[in-house]
Amino acid sequence: MWRYVARRLLQIVPVFIGTTFLIYALVFALPGDPIQALSGGKPVPDSVLQALRDRYHLDEPLLVQYALYLGGLLTGDFGETFTGQDVFTLMSEGWAVTAQLAITAWLFELVLGVSLGVLAGLNRGRALDTLVLAGTTLVIAVPVFVVGYTAQLLVGLKLGVLPTAGIDEGWPVSYVLPGLVLGAFGLAYVARLTRTSLAENLRADYVRTAVAKGLPRRRVVLRHTLRNSLIPVVTYLGIDFGNLLAGAVVTEGIFNLPGIGQQVFSAIQSKEGPMVVGVTTFLVLAFLLVNLIVDLLYGVLDPRIRYAGSGARA
Amino acid sequence: MTGLRGGQPETGIAPGAEHAATAEAGGTLRAGGLWTDAWHDLVRRPLFWASVVVLVVMSVMSVVPGLFTSQGPNEGCNLRWSKVGPSAGHVFGFDVQGCDYWTQVVHGARPSMVIGLAVTIVALIVAVILGSLSGYYGGWLDSVIARVTDIFFGLPFVLGATVVLVAFPDHGIGAMCLVLVVLGWTTMTRVMRGQVIAVKDAEYVTAARALGAGGGRVMFRHILPNAIAPVFVVAMLNVGNIIAGEATLDYLGVGLQYPTVSWGLQLNVAQDFFLDYPHLLIFPAVFLSLTVLSFILLGDAVRDALDPRLQ
Repeated sequence: MWRYVARRLLQIVPVFIGTTFLIYALVFALPGDPIQALSGGKPVPDSVLQALRDRYHLDEPLLVQYALYLGGLLTGDFGETFTGQDVFTLMSEGWAVTAQLAITAWLFELVLGVSLGVLAGLNRGRALDTLVLAGTTLVIAVPVFVVGYTAQLLVGLKLGVLPTAGIDEGWPVSYVLPGLVLGAFGLAYVARLTRTSLAENLRADYVRTAVAKGLPRRRVVLRHTLRNSLIPVVTYLGIDFGNLLAGAVVTEGIFNLPGIGQQVFSAIQSKEGPMVVGVTTFLVLAFLLVNLIVDLLYGVLDPRIRYAGSGARA
Repeated sequence: MTGLRGGQPETGIAPGAEHAATAEAGGTLRAGGLWTDAWHDLVRRPLFWASVVVLVVMSVMSVVPGLFTSQGPNEGCNLRWSKVGPSAGHVFGFDVQGCDYWTQVVHGARPSMVIGLAVTIVALIVAVILGSLSGYYGGWLDSVIARVTDIFFGLPFVLGATVVLVAFPDHGIGAMCLVLVVLGWTTMTRVMRGQVIAVKDAEYVTAARALGAGGGRVMFRHILPNAIAPVFVVAMLNVGNIIAGEATLDYLGVGLQYPTVSWGLQLNVAQDFFLDYPHLLIFPAVFLSLTVLSFILLGDAVRDALDPRLQ
């Protein structure tokens, strides 16, 4: 088990370096001089220009810049923006908003998605099943920004029951509508996945055995079938949490939430390299760690998977 | 072969068993059999035909828009008609620039269809090559490809695409395709690799090798035809995602740029006016969603038809 965790953590290192380097190189390639951009195109004394370039190591080659950046990261230093603000401080404000949004969306996926999937899977072929299937297909097909605007228009402005912009009312009220919009795609996907998986497992031999033993249907479904059916769902829910954090940029834009997505989106356009790299690094790290946790959870849900190799080789 | 299969009853498990026997005998019937069976299954599905009809209409619209409208993109616009709603003669109303909205929406089909199909085909080719190499040869090659796949898989889509597109400010259809391929080949590669690993130890592969078949022949004649079906399904389902992703980038303002006409750009413009002029939002949204929906339904139908477990 620990061998497996150690091996997975080691595998994360090259992926982490590769991804951050890729982003770093791309940001490096952004056209325009960020220092010149600071002054709004007005002439700047050469001495000031040079001092700033030295401060941000802008004259070093790409690899040296990246190595310096990585070194800073190891000591917990995310660097500072070209206006001298600490990237970590800036990010932490946005992160709180984005994390709340992503968690809200994730809870919708988990609770609503699994419930709808179970309902449909247990009623396969009936009206309820068809309704869930049709509804989820529609949600998957309509792009998230269209869902967002429609929801804002109908629920927010026409009915006036939920706030449509900003975070003035705090969690959860301000986050219900954006969370539902952000989680809509995943919710539909989770429902379909649960349905298919449940329907498949209900035909498995061990379920027939459980029924033959005379177990009540409730126990057969909850204890035997659902537990096995949830393995692919857990995988998806785990991976999707990273997607929710990263995909929040669109939802944050629609609902005007001051989250990390908004920050990084404007940072890309104002060529604030350190901010872009900082946020992306954080996102990638979260994504990789969540994936690791999901893989470890497998063993809890499915004892057959005990981290292939660890038992044999250890 | 179709005629031959058509004469047989389609019920029960017999066809599958028969094909397994054919495959074990070392014949090449199996690949054709799988696809032929799937086709027979597909033509009985109304949703399959519905999505095919929509996609044919959208394809024709993107290749010869002249069949649907007499005007070119951004032609005959008059600011006096800006944002005017639907009326007789102009069923979709006018856009912000006062252009006939039906004409604009028709011309918006091309970028979506071209990008969706081109990106999927290129990404599929990349995935088949890398996935086959990775799964077939294993070892260090597999590790390297797996790590590179991980790197690209971990890149967040919207942010990654935005950084690339801002770094290379030529936002033509070609640049969009490149970005979407770079961010979109990983899932298919993983599926392909898994498939090749599942198939490469099958008895018919061992048999072919025992008969003296070389690596290339084993790969192309025996492994590939038997491994590609699930990858193909993922690719079909992916077309819709690509189109939606492209529209999202357009909508965010980092994708295609005016004067290109696309549904994503129309939705981008609509966001400021949709409360008072809902037609600006509704028409491109319906066309875009219908196209994405059709690709998903098509992919679903093909998957169900190819997967004998669900029948």
